[in-house]
Amino acid sequence: MNILTVKNLTKNFGGLCANSNVNLEVRPQELVGLIGPNGAGKTTLFNMLTGVYEPSEGEILFAPNGKEIKLNGRKPYKVTKLGIARTFQNIRLFTSLSVIDNVKIAMNKDVKSGVISSILRLPSHYKEEARMEREAMELLAIFHLDEKADELAGNLPYGEQRRLEIARALATKPKLLFLDEPAAGMNPQETAELTALIKEIKQRFQVSIVLIEHDMSLVMKLCERIYVLDYGKVIASGLPEEIRTNKRVIEAYLGEEV
Amino acid sequence: MKNWFTKNNIRWAVFTVLVYALFQYLISVNIINSYYQVVLYNIGINIVLALGLNLIIGYSGQFSLGHAGFMAIGAYCAGLVMLKVDGTVGFLAGIGFGIVMTALIALIIAIPTLRLRGDYLAIATLGFSEVIRIAITNMDDITGGAAGLNNIPKITNFNWIFGVIVISLVLIVNFARSSHGRATASVREDEIAAESMGVNTTKYKTLAFVIGACLASVGGALYAGNFYTLTPGIFGFMKSVDILVIVVFGGMGSLSGSIVAAFLLGLINMFLNDYAELRMIIYSVLIIVIMVYRPNGLFGNKELNINAIFKRKGGKRS
Amino acid sequence: MTIFLQQLVNGLSLGSIFALVALGYTMVYGIIKLINFAHGDIYMVGAYIGYFVITGLHLGVVPAIIIAMAACALLGVVIEKIAYKPLRHASRITSLITAIGVSLFLEYTMQYFMGAGVRTMPDDVLLEGVLQIGGVSITYTQLMIFVIAVLLMLLLQFIVKKTKIGKAMRAVSTDPDAAQLMGINVNATISYTFAIGSALAGAAGVLVGLYYNSISPLMGMTPGLKAFIAAVFGGIGIIPGAMMGGVSIGVLETLVAGYGGSLYKDAVVYVILILILLIKPSGLLGKNEKEKV
Repeated sequence: MNILTVKNLTKNFGGLCANSNVNLEVRPQELVGLIGPNGAGKTTLFNMLTGVYEPSEGEILFAPNGKEIKLNGRKPYKVTKLGIARTFQNIRLFTSLSVIDNVKIAMNKDVKSGVISSILRLPSHYKEEARMEREAMELLAIFHLDEKADELAGNLPYGEQRRLEIARALATKPKLLFLDEPAAGMNPQETAELTALIKEIKQRFQVSIVLIEHDMSLVMKLCERIYVLDYGKVIASGLPEEIRTNKRVIEAYLGEEV
Repeated sequence: MKNWFTKNNIRWAVFTVLVYALFQYLISVNIINSYYQVVLYNIGINIVLALGLNLIIGYSGQFSLGHAGFMAIGAYCAGLVMLKVDGTVGFLAGIGFGIVMTALIALIIAIPTLRLRGDYLAIATLGFSEVIRIAITNMDDITGGAAGLNNIPKITNFNWIFGVIVISLVLIVNFARSSHGRATASVREDEIAAESMGVNTTKYKTLAFVIGACLASVGGALYAGNFYTLTPGIFGFMKSVDILVIVVFGGMGSLSGSIVAAFLLGLINMFLNDYAELRMIIYSVLIIVIMVYRPNGLFGNKELNINAIFKRKGGKRS
Repeated sequence: MTIFLQQLVNGLSLGSIFALVALGYTMVYGIIKLINFAHGDIYMVGAYIGYFVITGLHLGVVPAIIIAMAACALLGVVIEKIAYKPLRHASRITSLITAIGVSLFLEYTMQYFMGAGVRTMPDDVLLEGVLQIGGVSITYTQLMIFVIAVLLMLLLQFIVKKTKIGKAMRAVSTDPDAAQLMGINVNATISYTFAIGSALAGAAGVLVGLYYNSISPLMGMTPGLKAFIAAVFGGIGIIPGAMMGGVSIGVLETLVAGYGGSLYKDAVVYVILILILLIKPSGLLGKNEKEKV
């Protein structure tokens, strides 16, 4: 069974149609690429899948544990609780909080000790805090950010901010991870490191990943299947080799190397 | 239990006792005479109010201009109970009644209002606060209308005020330095990102708003127990502004900043009392000058560091 | 029905004054996103200037309005330069408190020099006479207020739509950085906005002095808030919205007062504010915008 099934998804903003009749499937542990020219509706699609925008039409079905749940109309935090996490095209860290607090905030959804227990400092509070501290540091270590745990997130260099965003998303313990242009603004060496990192994440955390990316070499190298969006519609989907030679894709990207 | 007695906590406890002893000594030898005591109590009540507002504005990032409304609910609830039940029991019951009523009303206000952002939220809270004040004015049978409540027993004293401040501080700090506090701060930082990380932003905004309102209510109760009379006019828009000025002057998100700012502004107001007619002119110019030259407040969002007072030694993450 | 029409007439003239004040709020908010709490006090200063022109210089209502408008325009520009300009990039809360500081400063400086007491306009400037139309009476003062307010609003529409300054104002309120890049002098445009908004408030001050025939240093507070509510009601930043909002709030208030709810007339205005914010925060004429992710 697919972990994510999208059926005829459509989003209208006033008279503008950002996505129309998008059909998309993601299988467990799969790495899917989502490409398309600027303004093709990729981020809008992410926003619908994560609950930020409500779809105008269509269905989003998510099956984290082998049972399909309809995501339409659920608030973003509820979608996250079900097991979907994301990063943002324009980095959206909690800039004036520390690196480790950024990660701990993403763990908030699983905290069991209540507000009263925190205010009165009951033992359950200390237990939870110790657990979060340990898990957050482990996660940061994977991203080579543990040395900077106490720095303000806003003070990190650009590449590290991108990595922290991925770490923060993983802290929600997702089954499905959306990465919105993770390599944007990175130099070739950083991009190569990121490619390796994404592969490692997929193995270690057993997640399915959908990524939007403009860097074609990264997409072709990483993704097992690719969807191409243009003017809000899926114009092609398939294996990287198929996409590379697809006529409609080349037309959509006319002038760009594929 | 051993978690409670960290070096840091013990230092703060010692510091608190020293401050308490210092003020009690100054009062006992009459350096803080009865006139200064009035000023001091006012400052103390303002601190309680400012801590509550700081939780709303500084921590959760929600801009409220309606703090006086919640203070009014607390003051009137406490005043009404104290007129019926004497002594400490009446005062405590009044504070409790005020908290319950305020929490209820704050919750009713918060659920629809906190969807709004920034200036819109500010104006909506201002509107609610005015509605509360007008409602109190028009409930003649219960509140005495525009003439207000009289002959409320005076129970508020230094111990009450100091105790309330210490308890509020501990509660707020404990809240802020917990998973729930971090989630609240994430709402201030970036609401959309917070929501996408699984934080129920509505819940945490409401939580901070209600706790802040309850602190305003306790501040109101202390006020009621201090001044014998209550009239609706006290709780107008200007009262909310006074508290807001303290919070912004101290630094949004800085509790120690709020305390220092409340003291400074309280003392400035005391000195300005000698210039009766010019007082408000000088005060308004001061507000403008402070905002223009220190837009981030005295402390920014930093806190006074206890370790820096005791010893020059960097603290580890706690 | 007659009572209703009578209150409607009263409301229209009061509302047109609110509308003039609301325009200043909306223009300033539109351009620098500041709730200019001092705006209601500029209206108070306008009322005092009008009063002194009429009683001291023995001039008529029209010269009083023109002089009050000029003086208030200058005052508005000076306030912006001294108090708001340094804070253009500070947090909104800081500028808001500064605006409250300016408001207090104007109120208490006026009180210091003029005393807290209420002053009344001399009888001879008030237009005696009442127009009777089917049981509804319209005083000449009401008529004059309405006509002057409408003329000023038409003038404003002309400035905003047809002149270079108006174009610059619209450009800066849409995107100050882009406007700057297109060679628009942003600082000058903001000054013009304050000047025009404050001039309208000054005119409203003189008119309200004639309407209620009493002025005092604290007269600007409540009408200021109500005018702001009017601006939010119509959709803040939108000029026709402020006009519509002002008239609606004025009519509403007089209707509530006219039907025996005068104790609650302020509460009604706030309840309307809360309702509009909850149902359509962008105001009646505003567009809902969602933050881009």
